[in-house]
Amino acid sequence: MRQNNSITQERARRSKAEADAENAFKVRLSIRTALGDKAYVWDTNEEYLFKAMVAFSMRKVPNRETTEISHVLLCNVTQRVSFWFVVTDPSKNHTLPAVEIESAIRMNRNRINNAFFLNDQSLEFLKIPTTLAPPTDPSVPIWIIIFGVIFCIVIVAVVLLILSGIRERRRKSKEPSEADDTEDKCENTITIENGIPCDPLDTKGGHINDAFMTEDERLTPL
Amino acid sequence: MACTVGPEPLGDGGGSERPKWDNKLQYLLSCIGFAVGLGNIWRFPYLCQTYGGGAFLIPYLIALVFEGIPLFYVELAIGQRLRRGSIGVWTAISPYLGGVGLGCVTVSFLVSLYYNTVLTWVLWYFLNSFQSPLPWSSCPLDVNRTGFEAECQASSTVSYFWYRQTLNITADISDSGSIQGRLLACLAASWAVVYLCVIRGIESTGKAIYFTALFPYLVLTIFLIRGLTLPGAVEGLIYLFTPDVQILQNPRVWLDAATQIFFSLSLAFGGHIAFASYNPPRNNCEKDAVTIALVNSMTSLYASIAVFSVLGFKAANDHGRCLDRNILHLINAFDFPDQSISRDDYAAVLTHLNASQPERVARLHLEACHLEDFLDKSASGTGLAFIIFTEAILHMPGAPGWAVLFFGMLFTLGLSSMFGNMESIITPLLDMGLTHRSIPKEVLTGLACLLCFLSAICFTLQSGNYWLEVFDNYAAPLNLIIFAFLEVIGVAYVYGLQRFSDDIVCMTGRRPSLYWRVTWKVVSPLLLLTIFVAYIAVLVWTPLSYRAWNTQYARFPSRQGAAGDGFTGTPAESSRKMLCSMALTVCRVSRTLNCLLGGQSSGCVVFPQKNPQNLTSPSYWKVALAGCHHLGS
Repeated sequence: MRQNNSITQERARRSKAEADAENAFKVRLSIRTALGDKAYVWDTNEEYLFKAMVAFSMRKVPNRETTEISHVLLCNVTQRVSFWFVVTDPSKNHTLPAVEIESAIRMNRNRINNAFFLNDQSLEFLKIPTTLAPPTDPSVPIWIIIFGVIFCIVIVAVVLLILSGIRERRRKSKEPSEADDTEDKCENTITIENGIPCDPLDTKGGHINDAFMTEDERLTPL
Repeated sequence: MACTVGPEPLGDGGGSERPKWDNKLQYLLSCIGFAVGLGNIWRFPYLCQTYGGGAFLIPYLIALVFEGIPLFYVELAIGQRLRRGSIGVWTAISPYLGGVGLGCVTVSFLVSLYYNTVLTWVLWYFLNSFQSPLPWSSCPLDVNRTGFEAECQASSTVSYFWYRQTLNITADISDSGSIQGRLLACLAASWAVVYLCVIRGIESTGKAIYFTALFPYLVLTIFLIRGLTLPGAVEGLIYLFTPDVQILQNPRVWLDAATQIFFSLSLAFGGHIAFASYNPPRNNCEKDAVTIALVNSMTSLYASIAVFSVLGFKAANDHGRCLDRNILHLINAFDFPDQSISRDDYAAVLTHLNASQPERVARLHLEACHLEDFLDKSASGTGLAFIIFTEAILHMPGAPGWAVLFFGMLFTLGLSSMFGNMESIITPLLDMGLTHRSIPKEVLTGLACLLCFLSAICFTLQSGNYWLEVFDNYAAPLNLIIFAFLEVIGVAYVYGLQRFSDDIVCMTGRRPSLYWRVTWKVVSPLLLLTIFVAYIAVLVWTPLSYRAWNTQYARFPSRQGAAGDGFTGTPAESSRKMLCSMALTVCRVSRTLNCLLGGQSSGCVVFPQKNPQNLTSPSYWKVALAGCHHLGS
């Protein structure tokens, strides 16, 4: 039995080497870039986890529920860390087509990333394009909201200024007529004494009575 | 006596007496705000960088002393003395110079059209800065959602946001495209803001100017402090300010310095004349002129320090990312462990690999990463603000806040310049008394703003940016130089330096010194004439072109130099406009001669009049203009 297993493995490896170009995928990890100080070392246990995740993804594909961890083969692990992998089908003795593996990985990309604390950029499957997140567009673009606020404030301010200008102009046009009225009233109340009109007290501003002041006395001496 | 207040404003300037500034600070801030504009931020640093760093200050200061300050003093003094807007002032000096005033108003109108369009773009960016992440930080997805938009991938996220999502620009100037709704909305908003501030003339701008003139300085200081603390800023400053004195042998440097000081002080627009006309008659305009001109130049320097420190940071950032990309290529190709090559080790590792496996390294097509190359990448104008600076802001922590501050600063800078532009249009119109006394000033300013808004809608077309560049490069500069030349000649020779000196004694209490008299009579006119001739020569020798954003261009995202049929006529148009304003004067002279010789009774106004006040009456203008309309002015 053991001999059978080893022969199977050997055949698998050889067939994988031939099929390397078509059905193999190169994977590249940038653990230190993603995790910095918390980076873990890539060892055989991590490789085992990787094989498990790939097998798990394949098992979700209809007709491939019997995929085992041992069907996933890794090779050429470098220090980068990068390696190639294939998924074999021992019963038929060939590697699974790339299209199936690609769609399986794409479906479960998030789970695989999370298992290693990585993301699409730090755990790269070189031939598998990432599905980009759809843009999060708010229902009303933000600029319209702020534009509305600013525009409303400006319009309200303009209207207020125009109204206050109109009010001021109305007040100015009323004032001279009111001043005229009071002047008329003043003149109507000129007191008459002995038939001679007296000048009412001039409250508009100091007037110097020239009859009583000489030129020199305009300025009070010290 | 030279000390009388001056001819009374016949045309009703909105009341029985001329409005005045609330205090001297408002006047100073208004002039400073008008002079300090967007050019101080995005033109002066570019010139400094292109023309040998600190060495550029030498021609700049020489131009300031011999051309900028004397012309500026003339404008302030003549406005304060004659207490009119530009049309009134030049017509009062000599009827033959009336065209200069008209020309100033026209140029102010044209400049305000496209200046406010730039403010529209600034407002658009400002509105889009209130979100995180900023919209120009990532490319939008393409239709299939499998990758990013091709245009964005080929150029960059900031270029894409500017050319596609803001302007939606066409590939050719003759292809006008459609009006962009969002730009139209922002245009309406910015003209509404301008109207709000100029609604009552200097009463309202005087209040607004406290904020719009001082806020930019606050933001510049914040940016300066932040910029100097960013990595790579100091290297950038040192590299960009290191003087290269050899470059002074290139005459182009002197030409650009002279034109820069000229446009930086906003001379020959008539705005300073308008502002000075609201001053009390006795005001030391000599001190004002020197102060404002110096403040303007200091602001340019201050701004360029802030700008260079941010650009130095950006260059260091880009250089670092260039190195990182190369390092990633090397690590992936040679399977080195992740993060094994640091930026400092890169050079050593590269030489080692080049020695051992040169063919493999050559196949990688690594970029050449030199810090100087990134520092040399410069731009002026809208390219600096909307592409380079926005990208630099993306890499600063707290990017939306910095974007809001930056575009808020640009908006207030432009707004205070717009006040000067609008005043240079509105004040002469008010002085001419075109409208009846009962129509309030608010209506006139509203009509002016509405007319400008409707005319500026053409810049919101998809090809609007091309038209704006054409206007900026060809329409305004030539005319302004001619008007400034005529202004200084008009004051020094036509008005008479003796009479002008008497006026200045009356206003400031001191006779103008030999420096002023020499510059007004000889140096400034000569300089302006030289600049004009050199400008024409440059225009004639360089082929007329604009730089198109053409996605089909072989070397996209470089901009394609193109010469469209649609605008080869524009320098001809610009000179035609110039000739029009001078033709107005010629027309009046010829009509006078016709009247004197032939004697038509109607429409004959003989001048010079004994009573010069008739020259500013509206009826005279209507007659004079009616005869000249066929010239197409």
